[in-house]
Parts: sequence; C-alpha cells; structure tokens
Amino acid sequence: MKLDRRQFIKQAAISSAFATAGALFPGVSFGEWNSLANNSGVISWQKTPCRFCGTGCGVLVGVTDGRAVAVKGDPSCSVNKGLCCMKGYHSVQALYGEDRLTTAKVRKNGKMVEVPIKEALDLVASKLQETREKQGKDAIAMYGSGQWTIPDGYVASKLFKGCLSTNNVEANARLCMSSAVTGFISSFGIDEPMGCYEDIDHANVFITWGNNMAEMHPVLFSRMLANRKQRTNVKIIDFATRHTRTSLAADRSILFHPQTDLAVANAICYEIINNGWVNWNFVNEHVSFKKGKTNIGYGTEDHFSFTEKEESINFDAFKEFLEDYTPEKVEKVSGVPAKDIKYLAALYGDPEIKVTSFWCMGMNQHTRGTWINNLVYNIHLLVGKISTPGNSPFSLTGQPSACGTVREVGTLTHRLPHGVVMNDKHRQMAAEIWDVPVTNIDPKPTDHTVAMFRSLDRGDIKFMWIQVTNPMVTMPNLKRYRDGALKDDRFLVVSDVYPTPTTDVADVILPAAMWIEQEGMYGNSERRTQHFEQIVDPPGEAMSDTWQIIEVARRLGFEKQFSWSKDNYIEKIWEEYRRFHAGPKHEMAPYKVLQKRSGVQWPFVNGKETRWRFNPKYDPACTNGKDFDFYGKKDHRACIWARPYEPAAESPDKEYNFWLNTGRVIEHWHTGSMTRRVPVLHNAVPSAYVELHPEDAAELGVLDGEKVKIISRRGEIIMPAQVKGRGVPARGMVFVPFFDESYLINEVTLDAYCPISKQPDYKKCAVKLEKV
Amino acid sequence: MPIFSYLAIPRKGAREALYTELSTLQYCQAMPAENQDIVMLITDTPDADTEKRLQQRLKELPSLQSLSMAFGYGEKNDKGEQTDHET
Repeated sequence: MKLDRRQFIKQAAISSAFATAGALFPGVSFGEWNSLANNSGVISWQKTPCRFCGTGCGVLVGVTDGRAVAVKGDPSCSVNKGLCCMKGYHSVQALYGEDRLTTAKVRKNGKMVEVPIKEALDLVASKLQETREKQGKDAIAMYGSGQWTIPDGYVASKLFKGCLSTNNVEANARLCMSSAVTGFISSFGIDEPMGCYEDIDHANVFITWGNNMAEMHPVLFSRMLANRKQRTNVKIIDFATRHTRTSLAADRSILFHPQTDLAVANAICYEIINNGWVNWNFVNEHVSFKKGKTNIGYGTEDHFSFTEKEESINFDAFKEFLEDYTPEKVEKVSGVPAKDIKYLAALYGDPEIKVTSFWCMGMNQHTRGTWINNLVYNIHLLVGKISTPGNSPFSLTGQPSACGTVREVGTLTHRLPHGVVMNDKHRQMAAEIWDVPVTNIDPKPTDHTVAMFRSLDRGDIKFMWIQVTNPMVTMPNLKRYRDGALKDDRFLVVSDVYPTPTTDVADVILPAAMWIEQEGMYGNSERRTQHFEQIVDPPGEAMSDTWQIIEVARRLGFEKQFSWSKDNYIEKIWEEYRRFHAGPKHEMAPYKVLQKRSGVQWPFVNGKETRWRFNPKYDPACTNGKDFDFYGKKDHRACIWARPYEPAAESPDKEYNFWLNTGRVIEHWHTGSMTRRVPVLHNAVPSAYVELHPEDAAELGVLDGEKVKIISRRGEIIMPAQVKGRGVPARGMVFVPFFDESYLINEVTLDAYCPISKQPDYKKCAVKLEKV
Repeated sequence: MPIFSYLAIPRKGAREALYTELSTLQYCQAMPAENQDIVMLITDTPDADTEKRLQQRLKELPSLQSLSMAFGYGEKNDKGEQTDHET
C-alpha cells in the first residue's frame, strides 16, 4: 500500500494529537491507535529506541513505501510503556529535512565542491596518513558523541587507539556526563547507576537536583506525576537555581544560589548526623570515608593539570568537617532558608520514606561536578538509601548513547572498552581482542575535549575528524575554538546529516546515515542496551559513521582488523565488543537477544537482567555474603567524601553583575540541527531568547520581545528578551537555550571545567546586560 | 482540503456520547482515550466551505465542552499561499 501526501499529512496530524495529549495528560493511552493508524496507510511497524535524549524510550516506526511516516510509543518497552514526548512523536520527520546532506563535499580553492564519497574517503585517509607521518601520531584526533551508535564508537576507538596509536579520541559526552562518571568512579569504583527507572514506581519522594525533568526527561517526569496521582504518599521536591515547569509541577520548589548546592548537600549531611538519622548498620558495614585535594582550580588556562591525592579519614573527621555546614551558616551562602535545608534532610533521614534523587546537567556541568556527585551519594550512603527499589541516587543522561557508546565503549582519551589505557592488563586485553601489538596502545592519555580543541587552536593537533556532533555551536568560549579550526593548516573532516556551523568549517563533509537508516545500538541512562535494525535507506551516498571509519581504516592498511562484511558487520562488531565486558559485573546480552527485545539491561547474566546493582537480591556480581556489596572498590565499600564548597570559576561582580545559565527547551534537542527541521517543533519555539526575571527586566526597561545585549569577558550577543515565559530565573540570573545556531550563546560562556572530570560548566559565568 | 487534529474534551460524564457523536459525523475520525476523559478527533474535509460547515456542526454538539487543536493543515489557496497551522 502506498502512502500519498495527504495520508502523510494526516499521519502528522495524528502524531501531533498524540504529542499534545501526552503533554497535557501524562500516561494517556489510546487503545484504538492501530486501527486509526492503519486507515492512514501505514503498513509495517518496527522497533527502535528514540533518536533524541538519554531516556531511551522505545518507539515503533511506521513505514510505508520505504519511508518512515509515523511513530508511536512501544508498549512493550519498560522505559516508556507506550508513551512518547513531543520530540519522540515527531522524530521521523527529522529524517526528511529539505537540506539533508546526501553527497560528499571537499573544499577546493576555498569552495565546497560535491565529489563521489569514494573520492572524499580517499582524501580523508591520505590526509590522515600524511599528518600522522609528518606531525606525529598525536597530531590527529577523532571527536565523536553520545549519539554515536555503540559500533560507531567501538570502531573509532579501535582505529585510533589500537591501530593509529593515539589516545586522541574524545566525545561530546565529556561536555555532559563526565562528572557523573568521575562521581561514580570515586564513590563506587565503577561507572553507571545502581538503580533503574523502576525506582520511580517505588519511591515516595523525588528530589530533582538542578534538573528540569519536565522538559528534559518528560517521559520519566510523566511517570513520576502518574505515580503521585496513583499513590497517596508521593512528593516531588524541585531544588534548582531557576523556576521551571518542573518547579510548577513539584510539591515544593526550593531555589539556591548557583554553585552552593555543594554547601547545601553538606548541610543535609550535617543535619542527618546531628539528628541521629545515620543508618549505622549500613555505614559500618559498607562505607569508607575519604578526603581529597581542595582549592583545585578551574582549568581555564592551557596545559592545566590536576592529580587527585586521596586520603582516608574516619567518621569523626567527616563529622568535624561538616561543622562548617550548619543549616544556618549555609543559609547565608546559598540563600536556602535553614528550615528548608532541615526539611530536605528530614526527608532523606526518615527511615520510612524511600527517596530517589535525580540529576543531569545542573550537577554535571559544574566546575566541582565530581564533588557534587560525591556529595549526593554521601547523603544516600549515610542513610543507607541506595541499591534498593525506590532508594536511588540517579544520574540521568542527555544523549541516546552517552552511556552505551562513550562510557561503556570508552571513547574518551583515558579509556578502553574495558578499563583504562594506563593499566597494563587492560591494554593487553584490548590488544588481544583488536589483534594489534600491545605496544600500539599508548599508556598515556592525551587531551580531554577542551584541551583537544585548545590543541587544535595551538596547532598541536592538525587533523580532526568530527562525527555526529556540532562543536562549533557547543564548545564553551566558542570563538577561540572556531578561529582555531579555521586556521590555514588545520584539516577538519565532518560527518553529519545536515549543514551546521561545524560543517561550515570543514575541509571534507561526509554525508552520514541517520538513526534508523542504519543498524546499531544505543545504551540509555539505566544500563539498557537497545538495538535497532536499518528500517529505511539512507539518502544519496549517505553512509553509516561505522562504515565510514571502516572504509578509511582499510585505506590505511588495516584490512585485517576491519574485515567485516556489509551484510553483518554490526553483529560481528557487537560480538567482538562484548568480549570486553565478559563476567557478572558487566556482561552484555548477545546480539540475538538484543534483536528480539526492546532493550536489555546489563549485567545480563544467565539470561537475566540486573535491575539494582550492589544488592545480592538482584545482582549476581555480589560475592561478599552481605546485604550489599560495593564490589567496584577493592575493600567492597562505597566511599563518603569530604568535599567542601568552593565558589564558581567566575561569579557576578560590580561590572558583570548577572549569572548566565544555559540549557535546553522541551521542543528542541541539543543544537537543534534535527529538531529545527521538524516543522511542528520549529514553529513551537522558532528562535532562542534570553529569559529574565520580571524585576530585572523592569529595572533594565526591557519588555518581552525587546532586544538585549549580553556581554561577557569573552564575547557578546544580542537577542530577544523573554519575560514571564515558561521559565523564570532568580533575580540576578539570565537563562539562554543553546538550540539556535543564529544565536551562538557559547561565544559568551566560559571554558572552565571540573579539574577531575574535565567537564565544562555551562551553567555559570558572569555577564552584564544592556537594552538595545 | 484542510486536515486538523484536536483533543475533544467532553462535558462531565459524556465521553461515550461524545465519541459516538463524533464518529457519526462525516469527515471525522474519533478515538477515545482509554484512561482519560478525552477523545482524539481527526478531521479531513474536501474544501474550505465543507470545513466551515463541519466546524459549525462541532460547535453544536451537546456532549462537547471544548476542542483543543493539535495540528492544522490547509492546501494552497487561490493565491498560492500555504495555509497551515501547527501548534
């Protein structure tokens, strides 16, 4: 059956109605969807995870005549149980933007010229080879993303680390998740959440730490709201720097001054101890105490380095450390009334209440991101509310495979698919599986993302291949890095699906297959690996990122390591990659199992998924014979860290008197290169704006829609004001969404980062405002 | 040749009646929610005049409290201008 244009439009009308219903009535279900959809001419439905955020909703894509025409939530996927957000319902329209890249382009005499993709791949390989030979192995770099499929990231790491001997492999998840990783590693010795989304169905209290879930993770937020409606004893507490839709829906909204979440978390611990709410059985059996370096810097200078020095302490020393964080003292620095701090502590401290804490970029994009992750774990560990249904400190992800491809495959400079480059055994394992000499793998990490773009600017890196990400919109202190990329002897290859500010600076553009135009796997926030088949054909000469890398690897002489056939390369890559994670701590499901299910959670042991890690009732990796086993650490104990409050890298002063906070809106995903090509989403929020507190706007004499100039020490931008919009920042703060490439807000932001995770802070820098 | 989709909110206790009434109207496809008091309505009319008449009929339905438009599309008009409305 062929779907004509009119049926296609009708399908869009149905999708929009679903999206609207889902937004207005969380959990709404339409049982007769199939009959209505089939009347519209859709003839087949195939499963896939959604293309956008890290929630990992299962969707069913309706296809007719070789074209994806409709989306519905997959009722058999436990993540979303049939629900989608507005981005999910409209996701397939992102495949068919008018300016889709379908042919390769090469810069010749300053102009981009279309060429056959074979010619472009030849040029990529020869330029890469030439740069490596003339400038050294670390003059080449690969920069990918948490939107890479797992096979994409795996072959990138194998080629660059295993074959080309450089650790210059990074991904944009460094910008969004690395503080979560270093938080997990330092507190638990092993990455990724111990809990899962089922926690939402068990918890009594949800505390969102700087996390606007209503817009960023709307399907999970809907599940929270549905639980609150169905059960009588459920509360949502929003703890944030800005009033958002999450604050509106919450039972209580508590605002804090930027960066002072560190102090408040310590004050909560102080209260827990002071009131005798410590779970001593848990702490004595399962917890150790440590402290690390303080005054650790902000990484704003080139060649900044930091080495942690950890030291064991005891409970009494930790208690003494907290004396500086009484609720009354912290009220002065944080602006949070002492009674509200005590209220939060009482929720965590009540043994009858199950508490789940959620966070995402607010805690991770933070110059003390590792520390604030540690501190929230401290709270849960002190009261023993962890690794049981409903008791979960839960770090959410922002991209569909930040966990699967970046954290699990290890596409960061210091990582390997299992372990780190610095470890002899881990290098030996990688060399054996990759079939390369162990001496190929350099034991020294090179540049993290910010340092990598600084190296590109300085000229230490001359060749960079960028896939599935848009750093010329997302890098903080952007102008420096765009100017660096444009320098004469730099060579940039960009693989993408649409023109972006990053393809604008490319010397070669490779058209990429998008999402369901290729087979692949993503890994979501709750350790769930999600396989998808190729459902439709890519347009023109567009090619999967995995296959682009394989083509270049073969041209460089690595046929033996990249010998897979086009017929089954994803299966073969998966089964090779899976060898890295063999064993009960991280066993991944076989390919055939992934094919059949709407996602499988790891560790997948003896055919069974693991819902809650470190708890022997659920986790087969527990071996210590106790009620919990934090086996990531050698002493099988999770760590409580004494981490102080330290100020932000740049705070408002007399001249630059406002905080600048950046982020997303529900309609658009990341830099908007996909969602802005979906008419419904684009029309809903067609351009970016600066959100102002009404009193600040009145003082500036700015009305809604009038132009405001935002000026920082790095750059300036003029954009329309939004006053009394969906979000209201606290006085003295402005908020700007970054989805709109017409307003490059990152020319204003600061490239300061957490010295431990190397993740930049996009939430805090100082600006001044002028009415235009 | 307009196509619209709406969420139709029934008067109290009238969801089934609303669904029945909408289903019997020409150019309309209706689908009740299983767990909420709303009905999804898709309209597909051949021309602007028919659309206008249908809108009038909808307004007169006794079981209907309100309609929220989720999507709207109109073919090019005589001047060749696109007339679409998406919310």
